[in-house]
Parts: sequence; C-alpha cells; structure tokens
Amino acid sequence: MTTAPAQAGAPTPAAIRYQGTVHELQKELMSAYYRDLTAIAEGGPGRSAQLLIAGNPVEILRTFDMIPVFPEVNALQLAVRKVSLPFIQKAEELGYATDNCAYVKADIGLWSSGGVAPFGTIPKPDVLVCNYVGCNVYLNWFEHLAELTGAPAMNVDIPFLRTPDGKPTDADVRYVMAQLEELIALLGRITGKPFDEDKFRLIVERSARVGELWSRIKELTKRRPAPYDAYFDSVTMMAPLYCLRGTPECVDFFERAYEEMSGKAERGEGPLPQERFRIVIEGPPPWPFLRAFRDLFSRWGAVAVASTYSTVGGLWEFGFRHDPSKPLESVARHMLEANLCNRSLLQRYQQIERYVEEWGADALVIHSVKSCRLFSAGQGDMREHFVHDRETPTLLIESDLEDPRYFSHAQLRNRIDAFFEALEQRRITAGVTA
Amino acid sequence: MSDGMRYSAGVDVGSTQTKAVILDETGAIVARSLIDTGAYLVRAAERAYEQALGSAGVRRDQVGYVVGTGYGRFNVAFGDTQVTEISCHAKGAWAIFPNTRTVIDIGGQDTKAIGVSERGEVLDFAMNDKCAAGSGRFLTNSAEAVGMDVSEIGERSLGAKQPVRLSTVCTVFVESDILSYLAQGKKVDDILAGVHAAIGARTVALVRRVGANAEVTFTGGVARNVGMRRAIEEKLGVTINASADSHYTGAIGAAMYALERMRSAPAAVA
Repeated sequence: MTTAPAQAGAPTPAAIRYQGTVHELQKELMSAYYRDLTAIAEGGPGRSAQLLIAGNPVEILRTFDMIPVFPEVNALQLAVRKVSLPFIQKAEELGYATDNCAYVKADIGLWSSGGVAPFGTIPKPDVLVCNYVGCNVYLNWFEHLAELTGAPAMNVDIPFLRTPDGKPTDADVRYVMAQLEELIALLGRITGKPFDEDKFRLIVERSARVGELWSRIKELTKRRPAPYDAYFDSVTMMAPLYCLRGTPECVDFFERAYEEMSGKAERGEGPLPQERFRIVIEGPPPWPFLRAFRDLFSRWGAVAVASTYSTVGGLWEFGFRHDPSKPLESVARHMLEANLCNRSLLQRYQQIERYVEEWGADALVIHSVKSCRLFSAGQGDMREHFVHDRETPTLLIESDLEDPRYFSHAQLRNRIDAFFEALEQRRITAGVTA
Repeated sequence: MSDGMRYSAGVDVGSTQTKAVILDETGAIVARSLIDTGAYLVRAAERAYEQALGSAGVRRDQVGYVVGTGYGRFNVAFGDTQVTEISCHAKGAWAIFPNTRTVIDIGGQDTKAIGVSERGEVLDFAMNDKCAAGSGRFLTNSAEAVGMDVSEIGERSLGAKQPVRLSTVCTVFVESDILSYLAQGKKVDDILAGVHAAIGARTVALVRRVGANAEVTFTGGVARNVGMRRAIEEKLGVTINASADSHYTGAIGAAMYALERMRSAPAAVA
C-alpha cells in the first residue's frame, strides 16, 4: 500500500536521456541563429529587431529581412546555462527591485554587460517593437532598452480579449491593423526598402504551415502513451517556433518534428519507460533547474500531455491558422486572439479544461512564478476551481522562471511527491473497491 | 517483548526535531523518541531510531519495515522506503482520531492543511508559499524576541487583555515588529496573543482552501501550544482535536505505512 517514489527496476531519472532528433536539430538551428546575431553584433551585414514572445508580428519583421531577437529567450538561455544570477544582480545594482520580473533583470543586466552572453553576442537592435499584451512591466522594459540601445521604439497596443466568446471585435482588429501599417511605414524608413507584399504573403504562408504542423504535433499527445512530454519537450520546439517562424528552416524543422513524434506515437514510445500519470502543466518552467524539475515528475512516471506555456506565443491547437489571402489581418488576429497572455483568466480555465478532457489528463500542476505576479495572480483561484468545481486533482507549486534564488528543491520535491503519493493511493483504493 | 512478535517503525526527520515511533503488529505504539535534528541528518535518524528501539526493548531484526518521512526522509539510511510527511500526517491523524477529515500541521518550515478521506488518504492539501511566513519558526523567533522559551508562549498569550495586531507574518520582520511594541510599552501577553492570532489567521486561510470539514485535527509539535489551538478554534469556529502524541503524528503515520507494507509483503521481510 505504501507509495514508493520510484518503481522497482525502473531506471532512475538521472539515467533517462530525453534527447531525440528534434532536440539535436533544435540545438543546431539555435546555434546558427545566435551565430547570425553575433555576426551582426560584430559589424557584419544584416539587421535585427527586438520584440516580445506573446502576440508579436514577426512575419512583418521577416519581410524586411530583420532577424527577430526575443529578450525573453535570451534571458532563459542565460538561466538554462545557470549564469542568470550575476546579470540579475547587475540589474538590482541599477535599482531594480528583488521582486521585479527576473526576465527583465537578466536582460537588462546582459545589456549593461555589453550584450555578451555565453551563447552569442546580442546586436544593438535596429528597432524595438513592444507588442503590448497586458504586461506593464514589459512596456518599461522596452523603454529601458530604448534608453540603453538608442534604437527607435514602437509600442503596438493590443486590446485585451474581453468578450465572453474570447474573440476580438472588428474594431479591435482594425485598431491593431492600423498600428501594423504604421509599423510597416517605420520599418520602411529604417531599412530604406519598400514593403514587399508577395514576400509577406509567402512568409505568412510558412507561418500557416508551421501552425498546422505544430497543431498536429500537439494532437499526438492525446495518444497513450504520449510520444513526447508536452511541457518539457515542447519548450525545445518553442525556440524555433518563435525565433525562426516565417523561414523555410522553421517549416523544415516542424516537418521533421512531426515525422519523429508521429513515428514514436505509431511505435507506442513515450519519453519515459512507463507513463503512469498524465498531467497538464500551467506556467513557465524554472529554467535554471529545468532538468532537476523534470526529474521530479519523471520519478513518478508523470508525463505532461498538454501545457499552457507552450501557447504563450501562439495558440494553434484550437484551430487558429494564419491566412495568406489576408496576411495583415491574420497577423493582427494572431496577436489578439492566439496567445496565452492576452486571454482572461476564465479563458485560461477553459483552455485547461479542454486539455484535461480532450487530452485525458489525470491532474493539473500549476507552477507559479514568484517574480511574475501579473501572470501568477489568480492561480490560487485556478487551483480551487479545478479541485472543487472540476474535481481535477491540482497541485500548486512555486519557484521562478529565471531567478535561481527562488528554487527550493527539497520543498518542491516534498509537494510533488505528496501529490503523486495521494494520486497513487486513490488509484489503489479505487482498484480495490472496483 | 513476546517471541515472534514483529514490529514496524516510522522515523520523521523534521527540520528542527527528529521523531521515531515503533508499532507492534496490532498497530499499538510501543515506543517513541524525540531528539533535535541538528546538522547531521543521517546520525539524527539513527539516534532517534536507536532510542526508540531501546525503550521498546526491540531488536532491529524484529522490525519488519521502516518508513522514513519529513524533510530528511532520504537520510533515513536504514529505511525501506520514504513517504512525504503530508501523507504521513494524514495517516497518523486519522489513526489517532478516525473521524479526521481535515489536518492542520504547523511545522518548522511549512504550514499545511490537508483534506483527508474516511480511509486516511490525502484528498487535497494546501501549504504556505515558498517563504516560511507563518510557519512554526515564526513562533520560535517571537518567543526569542520576548525572551521566553517557545513552550511557554501559548499559555502566556491566554492572559491577554488587549491583543496587538501584528503588521507582518514574516518570520524575520516579526522580531522588529515585536521590539517596537515592547518599546511602546505593550504587555508581553498582548503581544503574544497578537503573534498567535497572526498565525491562526494565516493557517485558517490555508484550511479554507481545502475546506474546513469536521473533524479537524491539529498535528505536529505546535499542536501542544494551547494559545495556537485557541487562536485557530476562534477563527475557525469549531473545536479541534489535539492529541498528547501530536508531536509524533508524522512518525506514527510513517509507522502505519510501514505496518501496511509489512502485512502486504510478508515474504520480503521474512
């Protein structure tokens, strides 16, 4: 009856290799991406633009041959390499508060250190495009970046989704499209090039193709076992999705990813030797301890079959596709309706409810971020909604996405172990009484 | 001890104290031990277990199964398996008070509320966030700030006439808060009542998250603190169970799990 954390004969988490073709290919692509950026930083030709993950118009930047740079991705790359803390502390020396968004602090610290990171050098951007989806801190982040880099900055104001059906109004769409036209004019002035509509349409078509493939990949985790972990392996696929969207390399990556994952699904392979619990995970991962965090779930045979975090920069699995016949409108719609951060808390509930039901999950795990009160606000209510109204066992844990000082391994392990002990115990009891 | 009798044991290595309990085959407690954990967790677990064995007059080879629990559960080198103290407190509280449906445990690092089934299983739990605000350590630091032992402050708080309202549940800042009240000439009883009320309110907020279903059982060392029991009861509006063995609840639960395991797999321990 006792709930042993590890199954006899099962490999220890440390012995499991999660790496597949997708992981290797992602490393190659991201290395090439950072090589290109470093070349620009070192005086080579080419242009870059800084923008944000949630609801960005990357297709427009790509049309002007600007490489998108995402400060969030740079920050998390520092965290994954366990070097974020000195950069965070650098920003704190400049006056940032300890509870300020740690992504912001790591990135500001990086700029204050000349943009030189272990994975590459970040070039001074030719433009800053702050696509605002409700995070005021991000506005201030881009203001500070404008001050530090001297680059021209534009804010694209994206109205919050506030209708019950979760759809933008026609006025919302027109409002965003008008701003995108201003952006196009600005980029034309910066680059001295006219806007190539055919090229734009082609890039949007590639985004549509990637959205289709990514959506199909996500469908695969409905299988038992799920062929990959929809949290820990999805983050691997998210880097090309954001940094390379609109390029042929991105389409190729997702074609190969679909091939690999559907092959695994056909063969009945999963990321762990045995899938014992199917979970949905809400919230970004603790990047400085990604592997250790994953192992806490692997020990229990817990595999994520869906995650909200994998929709932070785009939500395709419920049907959204870019439309090459209406390229500008579909970019505007994507910014408005197809990203996690612009959705209300109730729409986030509905998203998770669909994951639990349609992907057949046993439980929900909420990883709350200490330095992001904006997104974490409401997660206590979310836990209660799922426990009491939906009878979905739910665990709420907390650390941080970037700041290693907020991660307490023993405390997290205690809570995760207790949660799965209880799930297992109930399963045993249900088996006895059945 | 009778020949052929077999025993199970639970060892709870907590952040401040380590507890060991030995049960006989019928589930009756035959020994308890309690020591300070200190810096050497493996040694603390060993010493607590040795003490319990000694007081029970039981040899190691008579113990069929040992479960480790608490923060140091992986340091119970002689343990057969580990179970979190969340599961063990639920099981232990249910063993002592079978009608328990809600458990409150105020530990050194964590405060937790646990929803329990009629079989002693964990249904749901809620704990303080990463910070130790409102945990057992808050009481220890408060006692130090007024120059008393933590075992005395509960009783003392009952004498309050005009309880103060603390501005913090932060375990660090409570000391300066208390000092400022002392400087204002507030009475120690009133300050201590404020301390207990602050933790009581914080704890009850956790209890409400899992649902305050009767009976409510208070476990862990802090359950011996009458001021804390009173503060929680006042806030919750119900009487709560607290056993003289409250300090051993986690170890009792661990020993119960060990007993179940021993019964279900007798061959493994023959």
